[in-house]
Amino acid sequence: MDAAVQRNKARTDLSRQLLARLFLIAMSAFYISPIYWMLVTALKGNNELAQFPPTLWPREIVWQNFEQAVRSFPFLSYLQNSVFYAALTVLGSVLSNFVIAYGFSRIKWPGRDLFFYPVIASIFIFIHFPVNPITMVPMFSFFTRLGLVNSYIPLIAPTFFGNPFFIFLLRQFMLQIPTELSDAARIDGANELQIMGRIILPLTRPALVVVALLAGISAWNDFLGPLIYLQNDKLYTLSLGLTFFKTAHKIEFNLLMAASCLVVLPVIGLFLLFQRFLLEGINLGDGR
Amino acid sequence: MEKRRKIISRDLRNLLFGLLFISPWIVSFFLFLVYPVISNFQLGMTQYSGFGEPQWTGFDNYRQLGRDPLFWTSLYNTFYYVILAVPLGVAVAIALALAMNQKVREVALYRTLLYLPSIAPVFALSMIFIWLLNPRYGLFNYLFHLLQIPAIDWLGDPHWSKLAMVLVAQFGAGQFGLIFLTALRAIPGTLYDAASLDGAGAFRKFWYITLPLLTPVILYDIVIGIGLGLQVFVPAYIMTGGGPVNSTMFTALYIYKNAFEYSQIGLAAAASGILFIINAVLAVTIFWSSKYWVNYRLA
Repeated sequence: MDAAVQRNKARTDLSRQLLARLFLIAMSAFYISPIYWMLVTALKGNNELAQFPPTLWPREIVWQNFEQAVRSFPFLSYLQNSVFYAALTVLGSVLSNFVIAYGFSRIKWPGRDLFFYPVIASIFIFIHFPVNPITMVPMFSFFTRLGLVNSYIPLIAPTFFGNPFFIFLLRQFMLQIPTELSDAARIDGANELQIMGRIILPLTRPALVVVALLAGISAWNDFLGPLIYLQNDKLYTLSLGLTFFKTAHKIEFNLLMAASCLVVLPVIGLFLLFQRFLLEGINLGDGR
Repeated sequence: MEKRRKIISRDLRNLLFGLLFISPWIVSFFLFLVYPVISNFQLGMTQYSGFGEPQWTGFDNYRQLGRDPLFWTSLYNTFYYVILAVPLGVAVAIALALAMNQKVREVALYRTLLYLPSIAPVFALSMIFIWLLNPRYGLFNYLFHLLQIPAIDWLGDPHWSKLAMVLVAQFGAGQFGLIFLTALRAIPGTLYDAASLDGAGAFRKFWYITLPLLTPVILYDIVIGIGLGLQVFVPAYIMTGGGPVNSTMFTALYIYKNAFEYSQIGLAAAASGILFIINAVLAVTIFWSSKYWVNYRLA
C-alpha cells in the first residue's frame, strides 16, 4: 500500500515536472525569440530575406553580412564613443553613489532619514536618470546656455552627482554591515575617510560591481540622451548611429540586424559573465 | 560638562560629515530634478525657440495645448498604453517569477533566458521588432500563418500599433520578475503546508497566500510601471515615429517633437509640466491607496 502511494506520488511529481518544463520551455522560447530572430536575420542572404514563408534557420549562412555592416557605417568610431560614454558613466556612478550612500548609512546624523525621502521619491518619478521626457526640455536649455550641447558633458557630468536608485541599492547593502566595525576602527583612531576606504569599501565591493554593471549597461543602451545632446555625427554613440543609419540609407535588414548583434551581444556577454553578482545584487535591492 | 560638550561636538561633526558626503546628491536633486520641474512651468509661460530670450506669454501655451487635438491624442495614447501595459506587466512579471521558481534541475538556464531581453537595449529591441512584426517576413506572423490566423500589420495598422508597443514592453518584465522571485522565496513554506492540510488547492494557495504577500512588490511595480509608461518614448520613436495616423504619438514624443523638431521650447515645457503633474498625482494616489490593499504583515 505504502509503496503504491509512493509510486503514485512519484508519478504525479514526474508529470508535474514535465508540465513545468513544457511551460518553461514555451516561455523561454517566446522571450528569447527577438534575439534569435536578430541572429538568424543577420546571417541570411538578401534573397532569403525576402522569402515567404520566412526560413527559421538560414539555408546558407552569410558571415559577410557582419563585415559589410561594419563597413557600411562608421562602426569603430561609434563603438569608441559608446565605450567612452559607458566607461565614464561607470566611473562617475561608482564614485559618487558610494560616497553618498556612505553618508546615508554609515554616519549617524540628525535628519538623515528626512533627507532620504527625496531619494525615494526621485526613484519613482525620474525613472530614467538623468535624461527623461519630464526634465529634458529645461535641462537642454540649461546646457545650451552653458554652451555644452554637442558634447558628452550633459550626459556624463550628472552621473558624478549620484543616481537615486544606486544610492538606494548601496545604502541597503551598507546598512547590513555591522556598525561595530566602524566603531572599533574609530576607537583605534581611524578617521572617517580611512574607515570608508579601508573597511567599508572592500566589504561593499559586490554591490559596487552591480552598480558598475548597471550603470555601464544603461549608458551603452541609452538612446534619448545621445539623441538630444549629440548632433555632430562624429560624436554619435552606437545607439544613435545605428538608428540614424537605418533612416538615412535604405538598408537591408540583414545588415541592420548584423550591426544590432554587435551592439546587443556585448551586453549579453557582460550579463552572462557577471550574472551571479547581478542576481544577488538585485535581491539586495529588494529592501526587506 | 566636558563630556557633554564632547558629545555635542561629535553630533555636530557627524552632521557636517553626513551632509558633506551626501552633498553631491543635494546638488543633483536641486539641479537635475527640482530645477527642471520648476523651470517647466516657467518656460511653459514663454514663447521660446531656443535662441534669444524667452518672451513672456502667460498661459498662452496651456491654452494652445488645450486647443491642439494632437496633444489630446497624445494623452489618450499614453493613458491607453499605461492602462494596458501596467497591469499586464505586473501579471507577466508574476508569471515569470512563478516560472523561475519551478523546481526543475535546469531552472537557472530558463531564468537567464527569461531575464536576458530586459537588459538588451530598447532601441535595438525596437529595431528587431520592426522585422519580427513585419506582416510578411516576420516570425510572429509566420507562426500565425501556421495556425491559420490572418497576418496582422502590427506597426502599420492604427488598431494594433499601440498593442505592439505594449507587447514589446513585456519583454522587459524579467527585471521585475526577479524581484517577485525574491519575494516568492521569502514566503515561509509552512504557510503552504498549513493550507495543504486544510485542503487548499494550488489556485487557492496562490490567491490567498502568494498574492497577498506579493502586494508590496506589486505596489512598487505599479508605481514604476506608471512612470515608465507615461514617459514611453524610444519604441515609438524608432518603430513608428508616432504613426500610423498618430496612433503611437505618445506625450513624450509630442514633447520631443515640439522641443527639438519645431523649436517650440515653451510649448514643450508646458506639456512636460503637465506630464509631471499627472505622474506625481498618480504616484501619490497609488501610494495612498496602498493602505487598503498592500499587505505588510509577514512581508
